[in-house]
Amino acid sequence: MVMLPQVEHELHKRRRSRNIGLLVVLLAFVALVFGLSVVKITQGDMMQGYDHRPRASMLPEDPNPPARNPAPVAAPGVPAAGQGAPQEAGQ
Amino acid sequence: MADINAYEGPAEAGFGDYVALLKPRVMSLVVFTAFVGLWIAPQPVNPFVAFCAVLFIALGGGASGALNMWYDADIDAVMKRTAGRPVPSGRVAPQEALAVGIALSGLSVMMLGLAANWFAAGFLAFTIFFYAVVYTIWLKRSTPQNIVIGGAAGAFPPMIGWACATGGISLESLLMFALIFFWTPPHFWALALFMKEDYSKAGVPMLTVTHGRKVTRRHIFAYTLVLAPFAIWLGFTSVGGPLYLAVSVVLNALFIAGGWCILRRSEDEARADGYKVEKRYFRLSLYYTFLHFLVLLIQHWVGGW
Repeated sequence: MVMLPQVEHELHKRRRSRNIGLLVVLLAFVALVFGLSVVKITQGDMMQGYDHRPRASMLPEDPNPPARNPAPVAAPGVPAAGQGAPQEAGQ
Repeated sequence: MADINAYEGPAEAGFGDYVALLKPRVMSLVVFTAFVGLWIAPQPVNPFVAFCAVLFIALGGGASGALNMWYDADIDAVMKRTAGRPVPSGRVAPQEALAVGIALSGLSVMMLGLAANWFAAGFLAFTIFFYAVVYTIWLKRSTPQNIVIGGAAGAFPPMIGWACATGGISLESLLMFALIFFWTPPHFWALALFMKEDYSKAGVPMLTVTHGRKVTRRHIFAYTLVLAPFAIWLGFTSVGGPLYLAVSVVLNALFIAGGWCILRRSEDEARADGYKVEKRYFRLSLYYTFLHFLVLLIQHWVGGW
């Protein structure tokens, strides 16, 4: 078998510079997108998305909320039923 | 033995040739002015987001540089200053420069939209279009006012930076635009007075060639007069302050005085001392923009009005 001399041509040097340059650029781009994602998520405003179920926490706050019942009555059958309005309930 | 050098195909480009396609020296001005525009805006921006935004604005500028080199390869090959650029020297194929330009344009606009906001991204897209199509393809070869049009493209970066932070345009960002827009023609025409490029051979209508050097001198002085009020006006807005105003008044006085000296000189006088005044004026013009934007940054830091 004939051994060919391993000569590195100038062309190979240029090609290597291009390959390494591209590698550095791509890695930097990955790091940039990752960093951007971290920043955007940690300082995100409204991060809850729509997930097909109504969620009270996603609704805008009602400026005039309905008044709470000051003397709630327990449902029939539960232990508190028949005792009338519990004293500590309410506000 | 076969010799690979025997085949004179297109030369193999190194990584540096692709960097050169993006005009890194022009990019440095873009980076600086875009950063100042972004940083002095009233809305604070996360430092990492600001870094990314400036980077993508610069990349967009670089993309338009690559498109310019693709289209202008025929002119660049004729002129001494530009003959060594990657495309005319044959290291990068014209189609490759076009591909790099288009790919980086798309990437930079998309990433700026994701990093900052879509108004700023649209603005960047418009700037690339303006420089590559309106200036390079359309007006550069058809009017001696080409420098003025090209100056507009160079004046957009601080407005894009401002838009990254605020999502819009305001008086301050328009005045920063005016500062670079009216500064560019005297800056380049002073260079054209002493560089004596072979623009006529390249078919680019340069004011010095089409209207003569005397008219060019008059234009330089006229533009310095128009520039001064805009530069000083910026000092009375929300980004200005006493420090900016003081520096701006001094710089504009020097710039007008320099323009006056250029106006009063005859071509024989200029040739006799090797264009000393023109060269000094050109150097002053470099300091003029740099110091204006630097002092805007400092004024923001120490607090304005």
